[in-house]
Amino acid sequence: MAVCIAVIAKENYPLYIRSVPTQGELKFHYTVHTSLDVVEEKISGVGKALADQRELYLGLLYPTEDYKVYGYVTNSKVKFVIVVDSSNASLRDNEIRSMFRKLHNSFTDVMCNPFYNPGDPIQSKSVFFCAHTLSIFYVTIH
Amino acid sequence: METHEEKPIIYTMENKPIVTCAGDQNLFTALYSSLTQQLPKEPMEWRRSYGRAPKMIYLEANFVQFKEELLPKEGNKALLTFPFLHIYWTDCCDTEVYKASVKEDMQRWQGVLRLHGSVDWLIVVVESDNKKKNKTNILPRTSIVDKIRNDFCNKQSDRCVALSDPLKESSRSQESWSSLLTKLRTLLLMSFTRNLGRFEDEMRTLREKRTEPGWSFCDYFMVQEELAFVFEMLQQFEDALVQYDELDALFTQYVLNFGAGDAANWLGSFCEPVRSWNGLLLRRPIDMEKRDLIQRGEASLLDLRSYMFSRQCTLLIFLMRPWEVTTRALELLHNCVQELRLLEVCVVTGALDCWVFLSCLEVLHRIEGCCDRTQLEANSSHTVGLWTYATEKLKSLGDLCGLVSENGPDSEHLNKTVDLLAGLGAERPETANSLQSPYKKLKEALSSVEAFEKHYLELSHAAMEMYRAIGRMRSARLVGKSLAEFYMRKGDPQSAENFLLDSLKSYVSESWSLPLTHTRKQIADCQKQLQKMDEYLQTSALLASDANMSDEERKHFCQEILSYAGQSAESNDARVALSMSSFTRLHELRFRPASALVHVGAALQLELRLCSLMPVPVRVEHLSASIHFSLEQPGSTAQKRALQNPDGTVTFPGASPVSGSPALELCEIQEHSPSESVLNTAGVVCKNMHLLMRVQDSATSLETPATAPAPLAVEEGAQMLKADDVTLLPGNNSIVFNAPSQKPGTYTLRQLCASVGRVQFVLPHIYPVVQYEVYSQEPQLTIQPLTETLLAGLPQQVKFTILTGHYTVKKGDALQLSNTDSMPVLHSCSCSARIISSSGEPVCESALSIQSSEKVTSISLPLTPPYHTLEFLLDVLCHIPACPARGESDHLTNGQISHRSRRTRFTSGSTLIEQKVSVDCPWSIYSTLVSLSFHVPFKVKHSLLSVGRRKFIQVCLQNVSDTKFRLTNRALAESQTPALELRSLSTEAHSVVFSQQCVFSVWELRWSDAPPLSLQCVFSASFAPADAPDADLKPYSYEFSVERVSTLYSVRAEIRPPTGEQHCRTGALCRLEVSLTRLTEPSDADLEDEELSETEGLRTSRLMYEVIDNHSNWAVCGKSSGVVSMPTAAMATHKVHMEVMPLFAGQLPFPNIRVFKYRPHHASVTQPDTDSCVENDSVSLLDKAVEDHLDTASLRSRGSVQSLGEQPARGVPMPKRQAFAAGQVFTGTQGRQVLVLPASDQHLLELNVT
Repeated sequence: MAVCIAVIAKENYPLYIRSVPTQGELKFHYTVHTSLDVVEEKISGVGKALADQRELYLGLLYPTEDYKVYGYVTNSKVKFVIVVDSSNASLRDNEIRSMFRKLHNSFTDVMCNPFYNPGDPIQSKSVFFCAHTLSIFYVTIH
Repeated sequence: METHEEKPIIYTMENKPIVTCAGDQNLFTALYSSLTQQLPKEPMEWRRSYGRAPKMIYLEANFVQFKEELLPKEGNKALLTFPFLHIYWTDCCDTEVYKASVKEDMQRWQGVLRLHGSVDWLIVVVESDNKKKNKTNILPRTSIVDKIRNDFCNKQSDRCVALSDPLKESSRSQESWSSLLTKLRTLLLMSFTRNLGRFEDEMRTLREKRTEPGWSFCDYFMVQEELAFVFEMLQQFEDALVQYDELDALFTQYVLNFGAGDAANWLGSFCEPVRSWNGLLLRRPIDMEKRDLIQRGEASLLDLRSYMFSRQCTLLIFLMRPWEVTTRALELLHNCVQELRLLEVCVVTGALDCWVFLSCLEVLHRIEGCCDRTQLEANSSHTVGLWTYATEKLKSLGDLCGLVSENGPDSEHLNKTVDLLAGLGAERPETANSLQSPYKKLKEALSSVEAFEKHYLELSHAAMEMYRAIGRMRSARLVGKSLAEFYMRKGDPQSAENFLLDSLKSYVSESWSLPLTHTRKQIADCQKQLQKMDEYLQTSALLASDANMSDEERKHFCQEILSYAGQSAESNDARVALSMSSFTRLHELRFRPASALVHVGAALQLELRLCSLMPVPVRVEHLSASIHFSLEQPGSTAQKRALQNPDGTVTFPGASPVSGSPALELCEIQEHSPSESVLNTAGVVCKNMHLLMRVQDSATSLETPATAPAPLAVEEGAQMLKADDVTLLPGNNSIVFNAPSQKPGTYTLRQLCASVGRVQFVLPHIYPVVQYEVYSQEPQLTIQPLTETLLAGLPQQVKFTILTGHYTVKKGDALQLSNTDSMPVLHSCSCSARIISSSGEPVCESALSIQSSEKVTSISLPLTPPYHTLEFLLDVLCHIPACPARGESDHLTNGQISHRSRRTRFTSGSTLIEQKVSVDCPWSIYSTLVSLSFHVPFKVKHSLLSVGRRKFIQVCLQNVSDTKFRLTNRALAESQTPALELRSLSTEAHSVVFSQQCVFSVWELRWSDAPPLSLQCVFSASFAPADAPDADLKPYSYEFSVERVSTLYSVRAEIRPPTGEQHCRTGALCRLEVSLTRLTEPSDADLEDEELSETEGLRTSRLMYEVIDNHSNWAVCGKSSGVVSMPTAAMATHKVHMEVMPLFAGQLPFPNIRVFKYRPHHASVTQPDTDSCVENDSVSLLDKAVEDHLDTASLRSRGSVQSLGEQPARGVPMPKRQAFAAGQVFTGTQGRQVLVLPASDQHLLELNVT
């Protein structure tokens, strides 16, 4: 399943970033941060093609030897990035899309929380968020 | 492009579908060139099976001589060598010849075809006029064509085509050519469809068998590739690519299945250890070596992948999609690495790096070969991935082979290098001559440290340049960062620093804390090596406060700073200024007192709460805040100070991760004027406007202390807040400063500076603005009533408030109040003053001594320090003036203030007495004038009542205050007439008067001799608030005078029913008899007043009477008014008769009968208006007398206002009537009623029932 999930604010600072504990956290931070280049490129590209504007899923941002980085951007320009292991070939586009959908739903829940201040980093304690993202991490492993 | 002579021709790219030619070879040779030219000229639609979209296709063919060997044998599935069409050419036009030889030849040809199951054939008969002319025995009816059709084309007559005069330029020839070509194309396509369809079916069958044990991917690969070749031959590159993609996907699936534990047997050969890693080869259309390996089942995974990719690459380039090649290449390389891992293939460490490196460069070369420079530059987003990948791989190779370390490779490294180079094999012949081949590059890079560096830098810079060019700054910086790491390992921190700082920038601006920490750590290392102490310390400070680091690391960096700070500064005396933000975080600043507004010299404390970010306690020698002082008037800065909370705290904004526009912080401000509590302005301010504005200006210029250490200059202000020797513990700390307040003005905190040895932590600007104000104030005295209103006549408490301001009340200082008679100051010994400090806390209470002299009351004040408030209460009494209407007879005793000091105003309801008090204060040479308003609690009205000759005085006292009073000792006294007796008719001595209640008292006047002409009365009463039973009774008096007391006339009236009736009836006329009787002989004064006339020796005065019924009970018939002459003798009576008609039944009151003095017009006085004269009767006799004595001019001027509108009436003299004073006429009919019966028995009663 996913090895890293990131929610990045409109202004490109991380709201939430979590990776599987076994692998270096730092590496994923670098990876996700760099992927913003492609996200931005794709977002600006989407603007040209009006038909694609309703598509939030950005697809594969870029592959590396070990990981594949997928992107998704909400209408409010909050970016979701999911990094999956390249060796995990069972993950097709559909699975990635559904992961993003889950992530988007739980993000929406977080935003609906009246105690959440939009723009603040999402605490990993956040009940809504944790339950869902953990499922993104682990469900398909089993 | 190579040509392999020994290989069959089919492997070149010039492959065309094979068409065999039988029959007359010479004939064909003659037509060959035009045939090959004409065939591809027009496209043909190819309809295909399995619902694939039809395609327009240009056909070409390779015409070869028919040989039996060309026909495929049973089981041979080769498609490229498959002859798709067989043509028999003949120009026979002679039946005999046909029958003799040609037919036989054709039959043989057909036989061979049938034997091989080939149905795709065509017979072309070339007709030529030349031949026809030579032959004479032409069959006119049936041509050779018909014969052939008859003989061979059983049902397919279209299999025989005639070509007429092919070498001539005639329309007929052209027509026949085109029909031949069309036929040829159609047949070719039919053949393709049929044969390819059959082939695909077989291929599919083969694929379905893939689960069977003996199935081999390599065999299947060869079959499907055959199809791909055919499509390629037909220029259908898209279809050809599909074949390879299918093979690719199939293979990938097998590898994945292997990973899932489902291993196919044939995969074994791909799991062999990798022995060769010479990279992709994309310069040949078909890499026959690898193809052979595959065919033989000896290919390794890399071989197969390389071969497949090279074919895909070739096709993609044919399809003009070079950028897809790069994308696919990257995917392939990643995929191969994964697959080898998945298949657990044994690979020498570094071998894959070599393979990937070579492959990347090979792909890039191939792309460069088919695109021009501008295209490449425009599409660097597609190639940059490969560049980066190659860079990464070269770097890891460098690490592996010891080419990055400072010392260079050791023997182990060299062995490794040799092993790796061995796997590359020999350079391929295609690139042998190229100087820049990937092979040569790799070999060179691995050969020496310098060469490696050269190549590595070249690649890195290329990748960075490309990333920059396409705007992927983050990626560029990441590459730069890895370059920096390289430099650091090479021991070249100078070169590394810039790259690190550059990449740090993006992490800072976007708040990515983990990469930020990591990069910063590298920078610290770099700066330490470079001996850039200032920067190093700054970075260390940031790292020491970085929560992402372990405690150990943080302590280390903190120690670095502290040990530097502890060094005695010998060599460079300069102190190091570091940013405060890395050292501590300010939470809030609290003012004590909260208002942050103190008077000169007052104590003002500032408590600074901050959070030390250091991991260990830090001893700070000085913590100081420089202050900017300005002489601004307090209050003018209220707007700025509104940023401070009302509880005297300034909260510093927390470090927010938002790098974009911060949220708008709005707050409401209310600016009060400092002296009075009046609201000057109110509004809304944006607290963080400077932040918002700055973000707009440049998004990247956010605070980046480490990257751009702004010159942290320490301002040396004259004034500063200072705290010495503070130890800041990790976490929250609180430091208290004593603020200077020597001069009045505004103090603004500018900078904060913490000194630790040689190191200073400086906060260059304190935001939000922190200000406090020091003011100086003039002493002030205010006197205010304690209650809402002050009541006259009762002792009232007023509050004296002295704001001492800068003045110190010394011993002997006293307030001098000028006394007035009307408002004495009542002093009691229990009077004490309270002293309150400026913060509102009571300081002490001390007794006041009050001394009164005749003119001045002196209050000696207790000692009061400056900026304190002195409060005391004083009882004052305002005497009620006896006659409120004329209250100007009082005079001040001290004479300083004119009679205006006391003014009486009549306001609605109550009378207001304004009392001014002049106070001499010790701090001023001028007197302070204080005005107090007292309300008179009562309103008194008097009236004279008459019954015949008897007279009564009624006094009505109304309580107009809100207080309830006890009222006693009501008395009336008369001063002028001694023989007058006043008998009180009131029985109650005491009464309680509630607010707005009236109390009436009546006295009867009795006199022994002559009735008094006028009375000077004084009504007096004692009153006290009813709530306080002990309170002393205070006197209240009311003076008034009554004129013309005695009754002159008595008016009586009778209403009599019509004669013969007992009662009056409605509608019937009744008689009204009015009798006017003079009761007394007129006195001298009356005589003057009344208009007398002498007729026939009898002195009479003229009276006017008037009967008016205001209630419409009566209709007065005839004259309702008249003038009578009244003899002056006493008891003279005059009777007047009138007729009145009652309009209603019942007890009706009598109509009003009024009597006036009548003055005929010859009185030569133009009276303004009768009404105004009537009003005049309230004017006292004295005034009247004066008026009467005045000449006409003055009267005229009085009435001028009214008479102005009556200019024309002025010339006409008008008689005048004048009312009598209240007691002069006694009307006996007042209150009388007469019974009136209804007119008749019939009367209508209207009832409305609802």
